[in-house]
Parts: sequence; C-alpha cells; structure tokens
Amino acid sequence: MILMRVALGIGLLFIVSLVIFWATELLPGDLATELLGQSATPETLAALREQLGLNDPAPVRYWNWLTGALTGDFGVSLSNGRPISELIGARLGNTVFLALYAAALSVPISLILGILAALWRNSIFDRAANAGALTAISFPEFFVAYILVLWLAQTGLFPSIVRINPTTTLGDRLYMSFLPALTLTLVVTAHMMRMTRAAIINLMASPYIEMARLKGLSPLRIVLRHALPNALAPIINVIALNLAYLITGVVVVEVVFVYPGLGQLMVDAVSNRDIAVVQAVALIFAGAYVTLNLIADVLSTITNPRLMHRR
Amino acid sequence: MKTPLVPALANRVVSRRGVLQGAAAVTAAGLILPYGATPARAQARGGTFRVGIGHGSTTDSLDPGLWEHLYVQTFGACRHNYLIEVGSDGQLVPEIAESWDTADGQTWVFTIRQGVTFHSGKDVTAEDVVASINHHRGDASTSVVKPLLAAITDVRADGNTVVVTLEAPNADLPYLMTDYHVPVMPAVDGSVDPESTDGCGGYIVESFEHGVQATLTRNPNYWKEDRAWFDRIELLAILDPAARLNALITGEVHLIDQVDPATIGMLEGRGVARILSIPGNAHYGFPMDAREAPYSDNNIRLALKYALDREAMVDVILGGHGAVANDNPIGPANRYFHAEMEAKTYDPDRARYYLQQAGLSSLDVTLSVADAAFSGAVDAGAMFSETARAAGINITVNRVPNDGYWSNVWMQDDFCATYWGGRAVEDHMFTTAYAAGADWNESFWTNDRFNELLLAARSEVDENLRREMYHEMQQLVSFEGSTIIPMYNNYVMAVSNDIATPERISANWNFDGFRCVERWWMA
Amino acid sequence: MGFAASIILGLAGLFALAWVLRLAVRRALTGHARSIANDMPLTAAFGILVILIYAIVAIAAPALAPFPEREIVGGQFQPWSAEHLLGTDRIGRDMLSRLIYGARNTVGIAFVTTALAFVVGSVLGIWAALTGGWIDQALSRFVDALMAIPALIFSLLLLTIFGTSVVTLVLVIAAVDATRVFRLARAVAQGIVVMDYIEAAKLRGEGSWFLIRREILPNAMAPLVAEFGLRFCFVFLAISSLSFLGLGIQPPTADWGSMVKDNATLITFGDITPLLPAGCIALLTVAVNFVVDWQLYRASGLKEQ
Repeated sequence: MILMRVALGIGLLFIVSLVIFWATELLPGDLATELLGQSATPETLAALREQLGLNDPAPVRYWNWLTGALTGDFGVSLSNGRPISELIGARLGNTVFLALYAAALSVPISLILGILAALWRNSIFDRAANAGALTAISFPEFFVAYILVLWLAQTGLFPSIVRINPTTTLGDRLYMSFLPALTLTLVVTAHMMRMTRAAIINLMASPYIEMARLKGLSPLRIVLRHALPNALAPIINVIALNLAYLITGVVVVEVVFVYPGLGQLMVDAVSNRDIAVVQAVALIFAGAYVTLNLIADVLSTITNPRLMHRR
Repeated sequence: MKTPLVPALANRVVSRRGVLQGAAAVTAAGLILPYGATPARAQARGGTFRVGIGHGSTTDSLDPGLWEHLYVQTFGACRHNYLIEVGSDGQLVPEIAESWDTADGQTWVFTIRQGVTFHSGKDVTAEDVVASINHHRGDASTSVVKPLLAAITDVRADGNTVVVTLEAPNADLPYLMTDYHVPVMPAVDGSVDPESTDGCGGYIVESFEHGVQATLTRNPNYWKEDRAWFDRIELLAILDPAARLNALITGEVHLIDQVDPATIGMLEGRGVARILSIPGNAHYGFPMDAREAPYSDNNIRLALKYALDREAMVDVILGGHGAVANDNPIGPANRYFHAEMEAKTYDPDRARYYLQQAGLSSLDVTLSVADAAFSGAVDAGAMFSETARAAGINITVNRVPNDGYWSNVWMQDDFCATYWGGRAVEDHMFTTAYAAGADWNESFWTNDRFNELLLAARSEVDENLRREMYHEMQQLVSFEGSTIIPMYNNYVMAVSNDIATPERISANWNFDGFRCVERWWMA
Repeated sequence: MGFAASIILGLAGLFALAWVLRLAVRRALTGHARSIANDMPLTAAFGILVILIYAIVAIAAPALAPFPEREIVGGQFQPWSAEHLLGTDRIGRDMLSRLIYGARNTVGIAFVTTALAFVVGSVLGIWAALTGGWIDQALSRFVDALMAIPALIFSLLLLTIFGTSVVTLVLVIAAVDATRVFRLARAVAQGIVVMDYIEAAKLRGEGSWFLIRREILPNAMAPLVAEFGLRFCFVFLAISSLSFLGLGIQPPTADWGSMVKDNATLITFGDITPLLPAGCIALLTVAVNFVVDWQLYRASGLKEQ
C-alpha cells in the first residue's frame, strides 16, 4: 500500500511539473524581456533569446529539462548560468531549518493548548485561547511580522533581519531566525490547535468515553489516554498540512525578514521567467507536500489499530 | 600629469569646448538639502559598511551589460573602476584613463593609467580596456548599452593608449565612458569574462549570493589613496520597504534607498539616521500613445495635462522630495533648461476648454499603472483620476502586476506610467525617448520641427543659437508632446548617523553615483 | 495606551450589547427557536451581533460614510479630528469612509469567493466520493497536483496570466480554495456514502444530483460549515498577501487587505493606522468562527453543561 502511494506521489510530481511548465509558458513575456527590462530593444532581445535557447519549441525545452532532472541534473539557471542545484542547495537547507524551527515551537504549543481547551471546554480559558488563536491567524503574516519586529527587534532583543550564511553557527542561527519562526508559529498554531480540540471533543460523546467517565477516571486521564489516541489521525493530518505550508508557503515571511529561503527564489524565478528554476523549486515543493502527506498517512495507520489490521 | 578635461579641439570643433564643459557640469547640482547637513568629519579607515538595497533578485547577473538596478550597480561600483568617473560636483574625473584627448571629436585617445592592478594581481592594460568596451559592441552582444555605443566604429590599443573612432564627431564620448555598464574588466584572449568578479576597484569580492547579500573586503593594493575607507562592505537585498526601515532603525544596516516619503518625518524623529535628498534630472511621467485616438489629438493631450495637480503630486507622492515638472524631460540641473516656459497648473476649466476644442464634452480613458513604473505610481494614478473628474475626464486606473510591467504594459498600453533616470545631456535624453523612431520613444510622438532641431542642435556651434534650439524643443515637447511629466523626483536615501558623508553628494545617479562605498566613511 | 483601552472598552461594549440582544431574542421567540436561543452562548451572540453590524455597514455604506470612497478630501495622513474621525490615508482620502466602503467590498468579495469555492468544491468532492472509480481517481489526483503547488505562488502565476480584475481575483482565489474544499468534502462524503440510507436511496433509483443534494450534503454540513468559517477569513488574508506581492484589488476600490498593506510601514513607528483595517478583519474572523463553533457544538450532539 505504501509502495502504491509512492508511485502515486511520483505520478503527482510529474503532473505538477507539467502544470507549472504550462502555466509559466502562458506568462506574458519571457526571460529575455524580463532580464532586459526597460532597456530592451528588439535587437538585444533577439541576441539574448538566441543565447539562452529560448527559441526552441516549448515541448523540446520541457523534454530537455525533464530528462535532465531525471538524472539529477536540474540544469543551469537561464538568467545567470549558475547550476540550479547549487542555487537551491543552501536555500533548501534554510527553508527546512526554518520549517523545523517553527514546527518545534508550534506543534507542542498547539497540542497542549488544544488538549487543555478540550479539557476545559467552554471555559474562559477555552474561549480566550480560541479567540486569541483566531485573532492571530486573522492578521496578515507580514503584519504579524511587523508587530513582532516593533516589539522584539526595535527594543534590541532580536535582529530584525536574518543574516545567515553557511558558516553561521547553530546557536546564532536559532537566535537570528527566532522572529521569523515565531511569526510562523503564530500563523499555524491556531489551525492545529482548533483541530486538536475539535478532534478530541468529537469523541467526547462516544459511549466508551462515557464508560470511562462512569468509571470515575479523571478528566485529564480520559482526554490523554482515551480520547487523544483515537483523535490522532486528524491531528497528524493537520500537522502534516501545516508542515507542508511551513516549507512551501512562507514567501511573505522570507521577504520581511530577508530570509534566504526557497519561496523568495521561486517568486524571483516566476517574475523573471526563469522557468528552469521555477520547475525545480516547484518539484521540491510538491515533493515535500507529497512526502509529508505520505508520512501522515502511514502514521495515522500505525496509530489506528483498526486501520492497521484492516482486512 | 595634465588632465585635459576640456580637450583642445581643432577649428570648427573648438567651440565644442562648451559642449563638454556643460556635459560635465550638468550632472552636478547635487547639494545636500537641509536634511542631510552633516559637518564633514575627519576621514578615517575601518569599519564595516552595510547597505540595504530595495532591489536584487536571484536572477541577477554579474554581466555588466545586463545591469539595471541599484543592487548590481552598487555591487559593480565596489569592485570595478571605470575609464572616467563623474565627480561629486559633476565634473569628469580621470579614473583608469589618466587623460583623454581628441583632435576632431571623432577620434579619441585615452591614456591608460599605469601601475593599477586587478584583484588577481594582473596589470590593467589598454587591451583590457578595449575588451571591456567591445563587450558592449557587435552583433552577439547582449548589452543594454549596445545602442549607446553603436556610433563607435573602431576601438584599438596603441601602447598604453586606447584609440576610439566614431562615425561622426561627438563631444560627449568621455561622458559615455562613465556609463555604469562599462567597467574596466580583465581581458582573457581579447575578451572579458562577464561572469568574473575580478576588477580593479576598491573592494575584493569575498562571497556573494545573488538576491541575498554580497561581502567585500578592502583592496589592499587600491591605487586611490584617499578613497575606500571601509574595511568591509556588505550589500543586502531588502525588498520590503518596512524591513529596510527596520533594519536601519535597529542598526542592521547603515544606508537604505527608496525611503517611503510617508515615513520620513517619523524616521527623522528617531534620531538614528538622517535623510539625504538629492535633486537630479530624474522624472516620473505618463506617456500617451500619440498614434492612437484619442491621444493623436493634441487638444486631448493638453486637456489631460491641465487635469492633474502637480503640486499635490510632489507633496503626496514624493513627500516634497522633488520638484514640479512642466511636461519637460530636461531638468533644472540641465544646462539648457527652459525655465521661462508658461507653467501648467491644475485648471479644470482649461482642460474642459481643450476637450471642447477636440469636439468632446467628456472623455473616458484607461491609465495602466504599477508601482514597478515608479514607487507611488498607483497612488499617483488615483490622484490623477480624482482631479481629472472635475474636468469631465474619466480616468479608469488599471493597476497591472509589477511583474512584467516593462515588457507587457510600457509601450504596449496606450496610456501608462514611466520613469526616467534623467540624462545629463539634452541630446542624450531627447535622442533616447523623443526622437522619431527611437527604440524607447515611449509615446510614439513624431514632430517634424522637433526632429529637425534635434539634428541641427547636435552640430550647432553657436552657444546662443544652440540654447534657443533646445528651448524651442522643450517648448514643443511640453505643449505638443505626448508625455505628461508632472514631477522631478529627488534621490532619497536614509543614512545612519554612524556614517559620515562628504559635504557634496553626487546627483549623477543614486547612492552618490553608486560611489558611497568608496567616498563615505565611519563617523 | 489610550488606544488599547478604547479597544477593550469597545469589545466590552459589544459583549454587553450581545448580552442584551440575546435577552431580547429569548423574550421575543417561542418554542423550538427559543430553546436554541437559550442554548446560545454569549460568544455566539457576540458573533451574530458583529456579523449583523458588518452586514448593515456593508449594505448601507453610501449612507453611513461621511465622504465618498475615492474622493481626495484632505491632506496626506491627517490626524484624527472631528471632520475626519479616523484621519486621512496616504493620498488624503477619508479613512473612516474607506473602512466603511471596505466592509462592502471586502466582505462582498470574500463571500462570493468562498461561496463559489464551496459550491464547486463540495459538489465535485461529494460527486467524486459517490461515483468512485476513475472519475474519483482523476479528480483527486488532479486536485492533489494543484494542492502540491503552494497556493500563493499558484495564485501569483494565475493572476499574472489573467490580469487582476475583481472577477479574475475572485475566480483565482475560489479555484485555489475549491481544491481544499474538494478534499474535505470528499473525505467526509466517503464516510457517508457507505451508510445504509444512501444504499436505500440508490436502490430507490435516485439520481446522483438528488443524492448529493438531499442525502449527503445535509449530513456533511457540519464540517463544511466549520471550514467555511475559516476559508471565508482566509480570503481577506489571501488578498492582503497578494497585494503584498503587488497584485490585488484595483484602485481606488477600498478593501481591508490592501489597506493593511498600504499603511503597513507605519506600524514600524508604532503608528496604529494599519491596525484599523487589520482589526476589522480580525474582529470579523473571530465573530464568524464563534458562530461556527456554536453551530458545530450543536451539531456534535454534545450537550453537557
């Protein structure tokens, strides 16, 4: 079954690459016009197009790219001739680092808050946590970031922009990336917390919980030992979804904190029509998404005996 | 070592002296306004100068022929020298060319400075200069300054001189050699490697990542002794305006560009940085396609020109950091600027009058804008639309994506927004964007009288006649032209109090002509 | 901190009003409706009140706003005054009027977008679950592929291709959202289609459309409504993020997402102007979700306390 899912995932990546290629083809203008900007003249455009190989028909370019990618060679960036793998390498590391950092903060927080909210449902705590979380997600990401910078960076506690390079030590990295990680935490916590709470509460009316309650078990024990294990599947799914978001959807936070991640690379590449780079990054994003969903599926299966031992 | 700033030109061309002097002087006028009045402190070596720039992308190129924004321009000025530099006062200053001379304005001889080395240790030779210029010439060249250098028919090295031959006399050639696209780069087998970071400038590239940051250290063998004060330079691409401001306030960077006018007052209130506001010839505009109805009728163009409030735009869009323009691409810093033209003010009645002259009682047009054209273009469009309504003109503001603006909207839509860095020489500006058939004639405007004058003025020797010709051309562009130019914008930057700046800042491009990295020092 | 105090006072006032409203409703209603109202927690009453206020403001915008939406009526960034209660914006338009018209535009666009996404997403999702086979596979894989492309970047691509009129904006965001709704609807419906009553209906010879409309949709309503609450609010954020990247709603139309973006740099200096539109979005988000929570709670059948 897992093999089947992997095969499906690979097929999915293929479709994604096609969709992205097709969409970038539709974008008005091409790499040559974007590179030359206001300075473009028909003559220099023609020279540059020839040099970049933009005159080949679209299917030929796609095929060249795909066959290259299959052998692990993403080719070179059309705009500055650097190998794409080199371009992506460090940035992928940065993106994963930030995603894990934000996840390390947000997953425990949202689980704890979600469980407590379920435990004390309809209490002041529940409503306050809920309203707080909703307020946090209803502010645009860049706005949350600006407010954190106002409070935490202008007072000198944390740097307002992230200046990391491959030689930065882990400690410095954690310190400098704290604000972007915190911003992302605020953005994703609400969703995971609400899902945790909902998934647990959903089970609270089940007969076996009723049974546990009648046995006189403490509410905390009921939630942790009886409700939570059965609520894990949806919780794991929503965590996977948010992790995927942390890897693929953080362009805005990257821009605000000048964080050299993949999102900015992708947006640059889209606006510059550097299709080879767009393709490569899109594949990585899609790959991350598919992998995380796959892991979530496997984990849900493992945590649910009924799914595990399905006939 | 004599430096013939004004070359001894033979007979007829002698009077071109004035041309050249003027060409040098026009770029000047870059006095710091009241905002940046810092007393000059003793220049001292040391420190790391960090610059936050609102441009930069992963797709940037090291190839100087493709440079187009402040990040790559400044990065280039860090590591390269040019044949000739434009000084803070606008005068041409010898750099790698120790001196230059011409007999007839058609053949130019540049004497190459001896004893200058590239970062790699190789000597800078005449062959390197020839290769550097040739990088922008020829069919295969992708350089954006190819049209600018098209008049060069031959470049050759002769001992330690470089001889440049032109199609026709042009006294402005030394000026062209200051163009930021044409740095002196090391030649390998007669051509330059555009992807190399090697140069003969004040700083050596330590590491860089396109669209993120570049780190440079001082070149210990730099030939200029009174320049390049900082030990290190860090250039950071910070695209988000608020992030740039924050980085300046928190001390992460020392200098930022494109300060949002709305926040200037508040920034100054913080007391950590000062604003430098440098007036130049740069201007914002709205070109109309003169080939298409309704813009083919000059009455319509005039109606639109009287339907916007220029003063308000300078106040709101530029935050006062600029000046009202009278649809004239030639700025007050230019030599032949026509200051006595009748000023156009916001006058809905007059706009209505011109509409009637065109046989209309109301007009509906669509204006395409994006902040990629100039910062605040969308707001400017909204303001234009508001003021025009009183004159019976309905302007629908069509906000288009920043992405792809210059390729898909500019010179494609019949009414849009534009930006010009301004040109130091009248002829350069007019030839680039107003001459019939010019590649960048964005309004597709053709005027026989104008084109006639343009040719005549280029070779006119009498100073007064030449002035009259340029004045008439400005009059034509302003009252019959097809580009609305409401304002000249200053270069506005914010610099930390930790940095000292010279008393005079160049008006030739932003960031002190990109030379802040070598002209400024730690306070 | 006078501002924080006024926010707290304002919220307290709204809650008090909500309490009064609930009381009034309880008095006015009878029978089943009254029992619903009796169950209604104060938060839900608060949510309903806020939504009502927004709806009234949106509908009556021209009557309520002191100035027209697009007219420049003063200088740049004028402070709060008797004439301009919330000051003026970047080019001198009345802030309060822009906020009021913003309610109409933003809420209208968000509602249309979300509704469209839900109609398309849930119908297709349920249909896929009901039909199964290759239709299900094809649709699901296609949606998976679209979801694997980050939403913001996908919207950016589409908007750059098709331009940024309100209609394309609505269609693009709806298309992106519909993929998420599709997945949820399909997952929920898969649990329902195996139920006996669906089998029975199938045996009765009912068509797919009838099954979707009359049998499955009503039973899948609860999770869909919950999702609706969040998605609805995410539309504001999507518009806001898009205008951060230079796309978004056409000027001079006022919408909160763009207004946050336009004034965002001011927050760097502690100026609260950008908090106004952001606060409007936040208040509506919280209100909508309070109501949604209450509905979910009722649907869950959990009636303790």
